[in-house]
This record gives sequence, structure tokens and C-alpha cells, in this order.
Amino acid sequence: HHQCVNGWMTGCVKRFGVLKRYTNTGHLPFKNSAGQFFSSGHTNNWAVLVCTSRFWFNYRHVANTLSVYRSVKRLGIPDSHIVLMLADDMACNHRNPKPATVFSHKNMELNVYGDDVEVDYRGYEVTVENFLRVLTGRLPPSTPRSKRLLSDDRSNILIYLTGHGGNGFLKFQDSEEISNVELADAFEQMWQKRRYNELLFIIDTCQGASMYERFYSPNIMALASSQVGEDSLSHQPDLAIGVHLMDRYTFYMLEFLEDIHPASKTNMNDLFKVCPKSQCVSTPGHRTDLFLRDPGSVLITDFFGSVRKVELTMDAINLTDPIKQMEENPVNGEEQKEVYSYADQLPVSEIIHQKPKQKDWHPPDGFILGLWTLILLVFFKTYGIKHLKHIF
Amino acid sequence: MTPYGSSSLAGSTHDALTRKSTTASRKMAAHRCSCSSWLFILFSLSVFVVADIHETTPVNDHHGGADHNAQTAEQTADQPAVEGRRWEATEVKEAATVDAAADTQGTSAPETVVPSSVPQPKDDFQEELVIRPLHSGDIYASFQFRTLWDTDFMRENKVSHYRLFPKSLGQVISKFSVRELHISFTQGYWRTMQWGQPFIPSPPGAELWVWFQDSVTDVDATWKELTNVLSGIFCASLNFIDSTNTVQPSASFKPLGIGNVTDHSFLRYATLPREIVCTENLTPWKKLLPCGSKAGLAVLLKSEKLFHSSFHSQAVHIRSVCQDWQCKTTSWELRQTVNSVFDLHNSGQAKREWSLFKMFSRTLTEACPLASSSKLYIDITDNPQGEQFELSPATSLLSQAVVLGDRRTFSVYDLTQETTFGSVRSLNLLIRWKSNEGEMLRPLLHAERYVAGYGLQTGEIHTLMYNNHPYRSFPVLLLDSVPWYLRLYIHTLSVTSKGKDNKPSYIHYEPSKDRVKPHLLEMLIQLPPNSVTEVTVQFERALLKWTEYPPDPNHGFYVGSSVISSLVPSTVAMDTNSTRERPLFSSFFPCKEESSYFVRIYTEPLLVNLPTPDFSMPYNVICLTCTVVAVGYGSLYNLLTRSFQIEEPNPGLAKRIANVIRKMRGVPPL
Repeated sequence: HHQCVNGWMTGCVKRFGVLKRYTNTGHLPFKNSAGQFFSSGHTNNWAVLVCTSRFWFNYRHVANTLSVYRSVKRLGIPDSHIVLMLADDMACNHRNPKPATVFSHKNMELNVYGDDVEVDYRGYEVTVENFLRVLTGRLPPSTPRSKRLLSDDRSNILIYLTGHGGNGFLKFQDSEEISNVELADAFEQMWQKRRYNELLFIIDTCQGASMYERFYSPNIMALASSQVGEDSLSHQPDLAIGVHLMDRYTFYMLEFLEDIHPASKTNMNDLFKVCPKSQCVSTPGHRTDLFLRDPGSVLITDFFGSVRKVELTMDAINLTDPIKQMEENPVNGEEQKEVYSYADQLPVSEIIHQKPKQKDWHPPDGFILGLWTLILLVFFKTYGIKHLKHIF
Repeated sequence: MTPYGSSSLAGSTHDALTRKSTTASRKMAAHRCSCSSWLFILFSLSVFVVADIHETTPVNDHHGGADHNAQTAEQTADQPAVEGRRWEATEVKEAATVDAAADTQGTSAPETVVPSSVPQPKDDFQEELVIRPLHSGDIYASFQFRTLWDTDFMRENKVSHYRLFPKSLGQVISKFSVRELHISFTQGYWRTMQWGQPFIPSPPGAELWVWFQDSVTDVDATWKELTNVLSGIFCASLNFIDSTNTVQPSASFKPLGIGNVTDHSFLRYATLPREIVCTENLTPWKKLLPCGSKAGLAVLLKSEKLFHSSFHSQAVHIRSVCQDWQCKTTSWELRQTVNSVFDLHNSGQAKREWSLFKMFSRTLTEACPLASSSKLYIDITDNPQGEQFELSPATSLLSQAVVLGDRRTFSVYDLTQETTFGSVRSLNLLIRWKSNEGEMLRPLLHAERYVAGYGLQTGEIHTLMYNNHPYRSFPVLLLDSVPWYLRLYIHTLSVTSKGKDNKPSYIHYEPSKDRVKPHLLEMLIQLPPNSVTEVTVQFERALLKWTEYPPDPNHGFYVGSSVISSLVPSTVAMDTNSTRERPLFSSFFPCKEESSYFVRIYTEPLLVNLPTPDFSMPYNVICLTCTVVAVGYGSLYNLLTRSFQIEEPNPGLAKRIANVIRKMRGVPPL
């Protein structure tokens, strides 16, 4: 699959190369057909994929998230544009009979973890606070780029959440939860800060539909695995691994996504049909009233794929050699007489005679005693013993 | 290597003889021998001048019949020919060119020949894999990749053009003024008593220690930023490193690179014993290599196999090293290592047989094209005649190295040579065991640690350090960093060996501050020969605030490994010339004296239970319900069932005393 994607992508870029050459020679029809590449109104794609569950028996939630990760990566979103949050380590868990793998299908058929994975937030880092900070971009200044959602008002963002939830909340790490109101407010803040163009929200949890009920910001499309009052169910129990491998909704979504390729014309209406009640047991729900476009015109790849920024130019650009060879001036050559040496790793005598850290100055004890004696002496000299009665 | 050019100067007679009589291929050996004899004369060292690793000295002892004094050039040159084995010249290229240079230049001054005749490349990449079959039946595989770059990250105009050195790390070095950076991620615990010493030690979890340049003004802030950046680079939770787990050792962790500045205020050390290590850490690590995981030895680093092992450790070490033997200029060294111990029985095969393919599910087909040297070493020290295991394909190239106080013999496969891969164009090394016998040399130093005591209030940390040397004592420097929620009772600290008090010659203790900084305890202890030294200290567990508990508090809390740095007496002379070209695995710790070698070992991390409230929902529901029942229903029931009567007023004190006296007298009370 990776081969296929790469092939297509390079193919895409090449096509533009051809296009450019033709436009230069006056074949204008090609130029018009370029429009379809920019129809969706976004120029970049981001994905925030979150598994909120800890502990081995929640293996399936990690597998859910990783299967979406696999799909978006396969369809062209680079690791730098994916914020992957996994609340626990399943792949190298001591209970995993096959370390460094997470399987989505029985009999170890599909390893969704792969050999090239970058987890941005893991373990204890996956908290409600961090999740909301990533969405709203209010992170400490030294946070590395890989842990940030650096989207803008031309970004299409896919947000996928999975974990244990209830009516109106989703649990994080079994110890805290995010409510649907908090989530809706975070999206509103994103909208006001112009952090997205369109947003696709998918949640696979019990009573998932309750999580998108309170959304009120524009351009959000939401999907959930179950209606309020319904449980989302797991799928694919595996005897060798000893747990359920996936949840039903995400499992069928993965099956659906595996058939998508970067150029496919499948649209959101097809995604809504994924996992009918006969397969899911729960009723998947979706909400499109906040979304401005017709879901039938929204391609799956508008969110799961990636747009490469391509600018057409007809001007010739002269590329100068940007790399300047550094002048080899042996500054350190002859005039420098200092010879470096390695430090002694355990300089015993040096350590023993190391001066203790200077403490705050404190008068010596003898000095204080002497001072008091002096005071008493002066006192008795002045008043004498018989005047003591005046004092007491 | 000074004496190469001077063989004619040194001009001993047998030297000249061999030069005439031997063939061109053996000429080099002769040169080396002449060099050793020259060294012999010049420095009047003991017989074992052999510190030179590629020395052609007495392994021939194993082959029987060889004279113990067979140090003469002719014999050493002849022996390998008889055996059909060849001693490796690791400085193949250098030695060859130097030889040529020496031949052409004749009797030029020895000091200038070597460095001037070899044009130094601006950057250089070497890769190396050492495989050591362990006596426990496990296999120890150690990968080392070294990138050297003669540049200065600290100069005014920033370095912008990178070739072999990874840009992401180069920028980190210049932005944060890093002088030295060591980071390791480890899964599993290194079992010294079964496996011996590793080439590069590391504690379980993540470890990071950094020396900053003395130009850094706010070290703590820089350190915090650096950990954040590194957490992004290595996909790890290094951002959890803060003041509560960072210490500033006062004597441990001297810089491994060059430089004389040892002001420990520029050093920071932190461990995260709980950090998990998995593919997401290996992926960015592999991306730092010039060839990635596409070619060379790194193709073997497949996570599915690598993490299916008893021990796995990956590390990045950045330091500055000497550019040449004169050591007037420095270059930056990036050393990436992976150390792994594979359990044979883990893979479910009863037959004691092992191959590259079985271990890594890959075979080698080429060296990394960017590498100047790419070698595979198999440790055959315990297997000189092939009595323990059998290697196939066999190699005739042998090499010797002094590493960790021991002289080891290795079979060498040079991956840059076409012939290594044979006609099938792939190298799948196979080791077949013949016998189980053989005793491992007992490591001279090892340590263990555990928590004693019961209950959730107090406890005691025991650290045991074993000196297995029969007659020599040596110093160790113990470093302990204990989180603040274990309050150490430092007055209970005791160090005993052989039942007697062993007074440390240096103690550095920094008490903790709640929620701010951990305890730091450093002690310099002399371990008596053949003894166990026990360090005990009692502690009390602190109560955390309820928001400070992690999501799984019942798992317990980790205390990072103790670090034990030591100078262990060596059985052979160590090589103190740190600028000499050596295999990577033997050139990590610089060595100052010949009689001992520096070693650092780590104890187990501790897992301590803290008093933990029950955070679960059923528990809270039960508590609440019980309270409601007890207060509401209980008082109502009490009211309904109790019979009320008027109680007599309390008798006064005098009356009570009187009554007591009356009772004793046997008179009825008032």
C-alpha cells in the first residue's frame, strides 16, 4: 500500500510538472482542469487521534486509534501533521505475546502499529488538559512541533477519539473525564482562533452521540458509534492475545478505509453508511447541520488524505547555489598551543579533597557564648549583686 | 601511532630480516611487530606492551606448543600463517597509507608522519556490530554507529549545512549550548552476574545527562527546554523531567569527552525509571543514521524482533573528541548504540542454534555506502578452537581488543569487502553450539538493591555492592537519587562491609524539598577485597495530595537505579592512549591508567507502594452510602429503640476518692 501511495503522490506532482510545461507552450485546457485539485477550500490536513484508555484490557482502544493512524498515514498525511495520543503502551506491554505489534484482525493478520510509528503523547501525558491545549494551541513555549497542532484557517482537521464514555462525557485514563460541553467550547475556541477550515469529528465510545450534541461552531461534521442510551461493542476476540482487538464501529470503518485510495471519489455519505446496526449492534450516528457543504460532495480524502501544496508558476526561476563552502581557515592550527585531554572519570583524591559547599555565614559558637558572658559581666559590674532586686 | 615511520630508525636486526624475507602481505605485520618492539625499547614497559589492540601477541598460547616468550617478530608473523588465520589491522587504510608514506618518506620524524600524510575527512561514519554468545545461552548483540564531524557548533555563524550528522541534533547542540549529551532508553534490566558487563551501561527506563557549556547562564531553564525538545525528537515523555527528578551530581558523571572544565553546576542528571521503550522511540532513533534503516547494519533493527528480547537499550551519546593524536582540535562525536540480549529459549527452539536471520529476521547484504568502516565482530575468546560453538561462514580475520579489563578475541567480518557476502550476496551468520560447558569470568563488581520493611509507613533501602576480586580493594562512587515522597532518615545511613563499619571517604548529601527536589546522596566507598558492602538507609513514606496520584497509583512508584561508578583493577594493561584508532566498542570510556578501568553499573530500580486512597467509583459509592446510612438511619434507630432515664449527677472528686477508700475498707460506698 505504501508503494501505491508513494507512486500516486509522485505521479501527482509529475502531472503538475507536465502541466506546467504544456501551459508554457500554450495548452490552456490543462490549466483549467487544475481547478478540481483545489475545490475543497483547504490547503493542508491535520489529524488528532486520541486513545484515552489505560490498562491492557483496553487493547482495543489503542488498536482503534492506530488503525485510523494507519489509514491517514497511508492516504498521505505525514507524521508531522498527525498528533497521536495513546494513553498506554500496548505494543511493548509485558502482557503482549508479540512485542512491538498491535493487531486489528484476528490471527495476527494486520499489524496496525507497523515499523514506523511516531507517538506524540503517550502514557500519563494523555490528559484532558493536554488534549484541550493541543486543540486550542495554548501550549508552553518550549513544546516541540511534533506535539502541536499547527493548523490554520485553511486546515481540514480530523479528530478521532476512543475510550470509555457515558452520556455526555468521555473518560481519560480512568481517572478524569471531558464533558461534551467542554469539547464544544474547545471547538468554538478553535473556530474563533481560526484554527480550522472544516472539522471532522469521529468518536467510538458508548453513547457517543452525546458527545457531539452540544457542538455549536460552524463547519463541523460529527460521527459517533452509538446513540445516546446505547453501548458500543467490541469485536474480534483473540485467544492468543487474550483480549478483544477492536471495537465494532472502528473495525468496519477500517475495512471501509482500506479500500480508499488517494484518488478515490468516495464521499461522506458512504462513510455514514459504515457499520449498520446489523454489524455494529449499536446505531452509528452523524450530525451535519453545522456543516455548510453537502456531505455528498465531501470526499473522504478531504479529511483522511492530504493536500500537497502546489503552486503553478510560469516564470523562470534561477536557482543559485545556496550552499557556500566554508573557508577552511585553520585558526586552531599552529597558534593554538592548548592541548585538550579527557577528564578523569573517577578522580578519587580530587573527590575526597573536594571543598564542601560554602554554607551561609554563621558566627562561631564560642563567639556567641563570649558575647553573652560579656553582657552579663558588664551588667553585674554596673549594678552589682545587691541591686538585683530593682530588676526583678 | 608514532613509531610506524621509524622502523628503520629503530632498526633492530630481526626487523630488517623479516622485512626482507616476508611477502608483501606480511610486511604490515612485521611493521606492527617492529612497532611493538620499538615501543618496548622506548618506553621500557612490561612484556605486555600489547595495549595495542591489534597486537599480534600471545593468543597463540591457546594453540598450544607456542612458546610463551614467542614475542619475536618472526614467530608472531608466522603463527597466523600456520593457523590459516589472519590478524586484523583495524587501521587498514590508515596503516596501509602510513606504511606507504613511511616507505616513501623514509626516515622522517615519527611524530609528523601519521596525521599529516592522511588527509582528514570533514565527517566520517562508522558502523559496527558486536555479537557475544553468553554462557547463559543468550546472545548479546551490540550495535554502534559513530558519526564524527570536525565542526564547531558554537561559533558565530551557525552551522547550516549538514551531511552525515543529523541536523535535528546539531541544532539542539548549538541552540542549547550543549557540551555533552547522553540519553538512553532501556527496557529490561542488565543481569551482570549472568551476562558480564555491557559495553555501554544504561539503567532501566530513560536516562538523560547533559553537560552544558559554561556560557549558559540559566542552566535550569535551558535544561527544561532541552528536555522538552528531546521529548519531541525521541517521541518520549522526557518532558516529565523537572526539578523533582533532576539532580546535580557533585562527583559522578564526569564529562566523557574532552575538556577540563568540571564545574558540576553545568551538569544535570535525570532518570525516568518508568519510561516505556517501544517502536516509536526506535523510529526517530533510526532516522538519525545517515543510511536510516535502509542499508548497512541498521537493516537488522526490526522492532518486532528487537523488542522480543530479554534486554533492549538504545542510546545517543554526543561529545567532543580529539580530532587527531595531537588533540589540539576537537570534533563532535555522535555515537548511537543499541544493545540487546536475545533469549534463545524465548524463540521456542530447543536446538541451541542461532543465526542473524533468526535473531533479526534479516540478513546482511551490504554495508552502509556512506560508512568508512562497517564491521561485524563475533566474540570467540572462550571458543579458540571451536569447541563451544561453530561459526559459519568462517572468517579468517581475527582481531584482539582490550575491553573492560579483559583481552578479547574476535572474528571479524568486514562488510565493505565483497567477499564477505560470498556468492549468495548475503551474510547470514550461523552459530551452532556444541557444548554447554564453560564458566564465565565472574564480574569483579556487581550490585543489587531492594526495599525492606513492611507496612506503608516506613521502610529501608538496602544496596549491596560485591567486590569479587580475591585480593584487591577498589573505590566505588555510589549515587542515589530518591524522590521526595520517600523521606530518607539520613541519620540511619550505615555502610558495612564484612560486618564492620566502612566509613565513606566522601559523602555528599542534599536533602529533598517536598514537591521541589529529590534527595541526592553520593558516597565514595572503598570496597575491601572479596566482600559485600551493604548500604542501608531508612525512609518514611509521605502522603501525596490526591491530585498528585497517577491514574494507576496501585502500580506503585519507581525509584531510579543507583549509579555505581568504579575503577576496577584490570587483569591486562588498559590502553591509555585515547586518540588511537580502536574498535568502537572499546573506545567509549577514556582510560587514564593502565592498571584499572572505569566501569559504571546500575542497580535495579525500586518499586515502592505508597499509601493510596481507593479512587474507584464503587468504593466511593459505598463510602457515601454507608455514611448516609450510619448518620441518618443510625440516629433514627437509636432514637426509636433507646429507653431514656434520668441519670444521677456525677459525684464529686472528693466523694469518689472517699468511695474508693471505703471500697478498700469493705464498707458500702456513700
